[in-house]
Amino acid sequence: MTAIAEKPRTSVAAEKSRPRGVRRGLGLAPTAVLLLGALYCLLPVCWVLAASTKTRGELFTSNAFAPGTGLLDNIADLSAYRDGIFWQWMANTALYAGVGALLSTAVSVLAGYALAKFRFFGRDTIFTVLIGGILVPAVVLAVPQYLLLAKAGLANTYWAVLLPSILHPYSIYLARIYAAAAIPDALLEAGRIDGAGEHRLLRVVALPLMAPGMVTIFLFQFVAIWNNFLLPFIMLADDERFPLTVGLYTLLATGANQPALYNLVITGALLSIIPLIALFLTMQRYWRTDLSGGSVKS
Amino acid sequence: MRTKRLSAALSVLLAGALVAGCSSGAEEQTPQETGPVELTFWTWAPNMDKIAAVWNEAHPDIKVTVSKQAGGDEAAAKFLTAAKAGNAPDLVQAEYQMLPSFVAAEAVADIKADVEGVRGEFSDGIWSLVTLGTDAVYGLPQDSGPMMLYYRQDLFAKYGIAVPKTWDEYAAAARTVRAKDKSVYLGGFSTKDPGWFAGLSQQAGGQWWAITGEAWKVGINDEATKKVADFWGGLAKEGAVDTQAPWTPEWNAALNGGKLLTWASAVWGPGVLSSNAPDGKGKWAIAPLPQWSAGESYSGFWGGSSIAVSAGSKHRKAAAQFLSWLNTDAKAVDLLIKEAAIYPAAKSGQKLLTTAPEYFANQPDFWQQATTIAGTARGFTFGPNVNVAYGAYKDAFDKAVQQKSSFADALTSVQDATVADMKKSGFTLAG
Repeated sequence: MTAIAEKPRTSVAAEKSRPRGVRRGLGLAPTAVLLLGALYCLLPVCWVLAASTKTRGELFTSNAFAPGTGLLDNIADLSAYRDGIFWQWMANTALYAGVGALLSTAVSVLAGYALAKFRFFGRDTIFTVLIGGILVPAVVLAVPQYLLLAKAGLANTYWAVLLPSILHPYSIYLARIYAAAAIPDALLEAGRIDGAGEHRLLRVVALPLMAPGMVTIFLFQFVAIWNNFLLPFIMLADDERFPLTVGLYTLLATGANQPALYNLVITGALLSIIPLIALFLTMQRYWRTDLSGGSVKS
Repeated sequence: MRTKRLSAALSVLLAGALVAGCSSGAEEQTPQETGPVELTFWTWAPNMDKIAAVWNEAHPDIKVTVSKQAGGDEAAAKFLTAAKAGNAPDLVQAEYQMLPSFVAAEAVADIKADVEGVRGEFSDGIWSLVTLGTDAVYGLPQDSGPMMLYYRQDLFAKYGIAVPKTWDEYAAAARTVRAKDKSVYLGGFSTKDPGWFAGLSQQAGGQWWAITGEAWKVGINDEATKKVADFWGGLAKEGAVDTQAPWTPEWNAALNGGKLLTWASAVWGPGVLSSNAPDGKGKWAIAPLPQWSAGESYSGFWGGSSIAVSAGSKHRKAAAQFLSWLNTDAKAVDLLIKEAAIYPAAKSGQKLLTTAPEYFANQPDFWQQATTIAGTARGFTFGPNVNVAYGAYKDAFDKAVQQKSSFADALTSVQDATVADMKKSGFTLAG
C-alpha cells in the first residue's frame, strides 16, 4: 500500500512566536524519524528496481541491490507469457481501479455532502452504521460478497470486482468530514437566498469546494483497488479478467512441477507500480488548491 | 420533485442490473441443454488451454474451456468456496493431499463407473491417492512426485563418499562430511515442507490416515513415522544435517554453491535446481532414496495432483470422458509432458520421457531411473484436514529444531492437533 502523506500545515503565527533555537532542536528529531520512514518505504522499491533487472540465474546469486543484465529480456519474456496476457491484466486493473474509484468517489461525495449539510431523520443512525462499516475489514466481506454475487449470476464478471468497490464507508466518512469543513453553511444559505436549487448548489458551490477532498478519495480508492488481491481472487475464475495482483500470483504459484517465475513476477511488480507513481505525480497539484479554495471571511 | 425523479431513475437502473444478471445466467444454461456440452476446467498447469484446444478440435460435441488458476492451498480454498456458492467448474485440478477435503465437503463426484476402463494405466500407489482407500474414485491422477535423492556427483568424489544405500549410511556420510569440512552439509531437514516429511514417512511405511466405512483413523505418530522423526531428530541435534529453512535465498546459495551435497526431493526437482542452482548444471545426479533396511526398494510421493469432477457438474459423463483422454491417451500425455512440463502419473506416459533434462545432461538415463523409482513409491491416504496437520508440523518441528528437543514429541503434537481438529469438525474417529 502506498500511503498518502499530506504535508503538515504549520501555522505561521505559531512559528513566529517560537524562539529560533528551540525550533531547530525540535526539527531534527522529526526529520530523522521521517527520513527513517522514507528509507523503510523506499528500500523495498529499490530492491524491486534492482531485482527486476536480473536474469533468473542472477536473481538469487548476486548482491541484492546490484543491478543485473536482464531487464529487457524480462520485459520481453513477460510480454510473451501466454500471448501477452500480462498487458490484458494491466488493462483490467486500470479498468477496475479507474472506473471503480470514479464511481466510488461519486457515491462517497454525494453521501458525504448529504450527511454533512442536510438534517434528516436517521442521519446519525446512518452515520453510526457507516462508522461501524469502517471497522469491518474488506477481507472479511469478500466471501459473503462472492456468495451474494454468485447468486445474482454476476460472479466471474467485471461487475463482481467493480460493484463491491463502489461503496466504501471510509471514503464516505472522509467526504462528510471534508464537506463539513470545506463548505461554509453561509455560502449555501446565500445560494438558497439567491434562488439556486439544491442540484445547482451541489454543482456550482459544493463540488468545486470539495475537489481536493474528491482527489484524495479517488486516489485512496484507486490505490486500494489497484492493490486489492482477495476480492478479485475469489470473484474471478477466468484469467482473462484477472487484475495484475491475481495474475502475477498465478506466475508465482505455478504448482510443484514448475519453477516459480520469480524474475517475471518481480518485473511485473515493477511495471505495475509505474502507473501508480505517474498518477500520484500528476494528481499531486490538486491537493494544493485546498489552501486557497473555499476561503470565506468568517 | 427532482429527488423523486432521481430515485426513480436509480431504481430503474438497479432493476435493470438485476434483470441483466438473471438473463446472463439463463443464457449460460440454454446452450448446454441443446447444443454441445460445455465444460469449464480450473487448472494451474501451464499451456493446458493448448491441450484442451486439441481435444476440442477432435470432439466438437464436448467443448472444454480452461481457466488458468494459481496453485497451492489457496486454490483449494477457492474451489471449496465456489462449490458452496454452486458456482464450481466442471473439472478441477486437486493436489493429492487436498482431494480428501474436497470429498469431505462433498464438492467432487465419484466417477468410478466412468473411468473403470483406465484403472490399469496407473500404479497401485498412485491409484490409492484418488480412491482414499475406499471403493469410490474421486479423480484421475495427472502428475506425480516420486521421491529420489539428488546428489552432487563431483563433490561426492571430492569428499570420498559413496551414494548412501541405507539411511544408516546416509547418517554416517553426513558425519563424515561435517568432519571434513565444517561449512558443508550432506543434506537438510526441512521444517517448512510437511509434504516432504510425509513423503519420507510413506517410504518408511507410515499410514497417516485410513478410512474404514465412515470412521477415520489417524496414525501420524505411528511406528514407521516415529522412526523417520527420530532419525532426523538425532542428526539435527548433533548438527550433522542442515536445519535452515529451504526455499530461501540462503538455501538457494547453499544449493548453488556446493554447500549442500544432497537434496531428498521429488521428480520435479530439475525445474527447481535449474532455476535456483544454475551453477550446478551437469554436476547433480539422481539415485533412489536411501532405504530403511538394506535390500529394500521403496519410495514415497511428494507433490503431484489429480483432476476431479465437481459434484455440481451437470455433465459428469462428458467430464470423465475428457479426463480419461487427458491423462491416459498417448497423444494427450505426450502434450502434458511437452506443453505442461509435468511428470505424468500414467505408466505409459512415463515411458514417453526419454531425453534427460538439459540440467542432467551428465545422466542420460535420468528418466529411466526416475521411472524405476516411481514404480517403488508406496501409497498413502491423505485425510480431510491435511492443512491442519501440515500447519501443526511446521509449528511443532520449528520449535523442536530451535530447542533441540525430541522430534518424536513434536510428531505427537502434530497427531494430537490433527485428531482434535477432526473431532471438532465432526468426523467419526475409530478407536
